[in-house]
Amino acid sequence: MAEFREEVSIVLGGAAGQGVQTVEEILTYALKKSGYHVYANKEYMSRVRGGINTTEIRVSSRRVRAFVKRIDILVPFNRGTLSWVEDRLSEGTVVLGEKENIEEAFLGKINLVEVPLTKMAMEVGSQLYLNTIAAGLIVGLFHGDFSAVEEYVRKRFGSKDENVVKKNVEAAEKGYELGVKLCEEGAIRVEISRDEKVKDEVLLTGTEAVGTGALAGGMNFLSFYPMSPSTGVSTFAAQHAEEFGIVVEQVEDEIAAINMALGAWFAGARAMVSTSGGGFALMSEAISLAGMAENPVVIHLAQRPGPATGLPTRTLQGDLNLVLYAGHGDFPRIILAPGSLEEAFYLTAEAFNLADRYQVPVIILTDQYFVDTYYNLPAPDVGKVRFERHIVEAKPGYRRYELTEDGISPRAIPGYGEEVVIGNGNEHDEWGDITEDAELTIKMQEKRAIRKLETIKRNAPLPKLIGNENAEYLVVSWGSTFHVVEEALEKLGSGKVAHLHFSWVYPLNPEVRRFFEGRKVIVVENNVTGQFADLLWKELGVKANHRVLKYDGRPFSVEEVLEALKGVVE
Amino acid sequence: MNVQLPTGRELFESKRPGSADIAWCPGCGNFGIRNILISALAELGLKPNQVAIISGIGQAAKMPHYINANGYHTLHGRAIPIATGVKASNPELTVIAEGGDGDMYAEGGNHLLHAIRRNPDITVLIHDNQVYGLTKGQASPTTMKGMKTPTQPWGVFEEPFNPVALAVALNASFVARTFMGYFRESVEIIKKAIQHKGLAIVDILHPCVSFNKVNTYTWYREHTYWMDDHDPYDREAAFKRALESDPLPLGIFYINERPTFEEMVPAYWKDRTPLWKREPKLELVKKFFEARKL
Ligand SMILES: Cc1ncc(C[n+]2csc(CCOP(=O)(O)OP(=O)(O)O)c2C)c(N)n1
Ligand code: SF4
Repeated sequence: MAEFREEVSIVLGGAAGQGVQTVEEILTYALKKSGYHVYANKEYMSRVRGGINTTEIRVSSRRVRAFVKRIDILVPFNRGTLSWVEDRLSEGTVVLGEKENIEEAFLGKINLVEVPLTKMAMEVGSQLYLNTIAAGLIVGLFHGDFSAVEEYVRKRFGSKDENVVKKNVEAAEKGYELGVKLCEEGAIRVEISRDEKVKDEVLLTGTEAVGTGALAGGMNFLSFYPMSPSTGVSTFAAQHAEEFGIVVEQVEDEIAAINMALGAWFAGARAMVSTSGGGFALMSEAISLAGMAENPVVIHLAQRPGPATGLPTRTLQGDLNLVLYAGHGDFPRIILAPGSLEEAFYLTAEAFNLADRYQVPVIILTDQYFVDTYYNLPAPDVGKVRFERHIVEAKPGYRRYELTEDGISPRAIPGYGEEVVIGNGNEHDEWGDITEDAELTIKMQEKRAIRKLETIKRNAPLPKLIGNENAEYLVVSWGSTFHVVEEALEKLGSGKVAHLHFSWVYPLNPEVRRFFEGRKVIVVENNVTGQFADLLWKELGVKANHRVLKYDGRPFSVEEVLEALKGVVE
Repeated sequence: MNVQLPTGRELFESKRPGSADIAWCPGCGNFGIRNILISALAELGLKPNQVAIISGIGQAAKMPHYINANGYHTLHGRAIPIATGVKASNPELTVIAEGGDGDMYAEGGNHLLHAIRRNPDITVLIHDNQVYGLTKGQASPTTMKGMKTPTQPWGVFEEPFNPVALAVALNASFVARTFMGYFRESVEIIKKAIQHKGLAIVDILHPCVSFNKVNTYTWYREHTYWMDDHDPYDREAAFKRALESDPLPLGIFYINERPTFEEMVPAYWKDRTPLWKREPKLELVKKFFEARKL
């Protein structure tokens, strides 16, 4: 008998368009509502129909937020799923499904619990009910709240007609009963204690965390050109455009997207663009304009593997160097990379204040893994978001590029105040008019590239240290690898290792150096060269003793990080 | 130039130190366009802080430095998307995008096409000298066939771009052409363009005395005529006129009143406040989270 206690990892696999997503939605909804902690992440092919896509759902009695390789229960909806996930199967894996969906080679080798999903669906009336049955079945294994399933079905199909709702509830019920029966018969057993507090938490995706953060930060303009995996944020903004009063426009290309956003900020709006590496590459000319004209802008870049079109639906942290160096000439920028959904919310909101205050491009780096991940969390505290407005009135004598001690010139906008505002992408005098004066050029270069940068560095927050300050080893993560490193370290349970996470990636406060003193440094990142490790060396003179890298387009799993750390630490 | 200039212009005369040193060649048509633009703005009774002139790159694009109005001298070809962003963020501003024929038709060609579709309420002024000025005389998209340049020593063989026909074909909101040598007529056209609700495109012919030895002041006078009997609301007639090449018709070719970008975006359906005055709607974010408790 297969028994799972306190934690189970369920993987659903099927072709694009087969409705696996419906199952996933019902499940996460109903299980969270039943008081279980849930985490889900998907992996999909770059195609609209067919292929094999999988979703991992972790259900646990404690908070879970990271990807594991292990599969406890596999539900294949098509043939080919087993081969696709072969390296994740173990003796403990239970395959819950129909024989038709299992390749011959696996029969006899796996722990198969046959469930006649298609037959049951036909009994209800049509193949269409298969997904609902499967969802009911899994919730049944947990003895979860059936009313939550019913509620979801009503929400989702309620607008269609009462009969559709009735049939789906009937299907879910059949599945649920079968699930309970499988437990009673001892084919499978899941025992996970519930946490009442979970019921009051929210389920959020990475995309929504960035999107809501932007709304809380006062974003009122978004221009974009679709590109996976960034498009979700633009879709989110479009869907809330009316309610929140946002200008959202799908433009002709990424060049237009960012230039429109620059114009919007020039006129005082809080604008954002959402893109991926290929789109950002097209934006680099305008990034340079933002640098010279000191035009604020917020860019969300959801990374995917490159170069070029790379792997459109997969993940990598490979665009750090792109955003660090995009644009010609020297000028500061701020790079943020949230590690958790909470961070994504607060950091995205803060990005708008930072752009406004320092008048530089602020780039929020996420990746496919991050935007497609979701889990339950206490609702972010909206009251904690600060709204800072740095716009000044253009009074007579106003100079847009006034030379100041800290490198920050007060920014006025057209139409507010009597005086005019002149922005300029050419080298300029304090008023904004073109200059070729050598001395003024030196002053302006230093103002932007040295004084302003120093001001930003001085005020840059420090990374988060988790664990013993005097640990022998320091594991460094940035952006989306936060949770997976966190969980791997918990499992490692060694007092010799601490965790340092960077969600403020650039520029680094010189004080950061002290975290590294006397420690052996292990940098974990999802790219082929160790771009962040190189940055630590370049900016702080910190040498990474080990680089744990992964670059097959898939996220790190807890097991992989744990193995890698064991290899280094012991 | 020997013309009587109207009053109200002083408001738009810049007193900034950097405005004194004008980088245009003596005799260049850009001086005339500057005079025309200042007169049009003054005659419309606008104030400098209500106007935003967004320019690309080129000799023409230096305009914001020689005028007292809000200005943003940006990137080659990008004035239109930037101006669109400005207008959409503050519809109270009068927004003008300005640049040369290389700027607007070559590097910025794609943006022009899509701006016509999008129809922001901005005025696009193209200083069309049929050559690249700032980079010293290479052919532009509107250079006539056969013209020899340092980079086309064999003579241009590409078909010249016809901006007017293109704009009419795409059903643009307002399409006009003028020659800056006709001061009063040009002021009137630009005033109408600015007043027009929607995207107004004005192709302004002007000589480049340094690099274009073909299309001179005399050439433009001899090879253009004013359309006196044309109905700008008749698209077919406009298209026919747009296809005429010698002499080139001047005047307003086409007017097509249609909703503007700013009227269509949901951001302004209920609230006309410029975006910079708006605050985050934190209550609605809270509501969103409530709903996500499911
Ligand atoms: C991206 C980019 N490419 C090329 C240039 C060089 N450049 C500057 S102005 C110009 C053309 C100017 O011609 P036009 O737009 O007709 O304006 P004019 O100078 O004739 O007024 C070019 C190619 C540039 N500044 N930026
Ligand atoms: S190069 Fe030509 S367009 Fe430029 S200022 Fe001189 S004459 Fe005018």
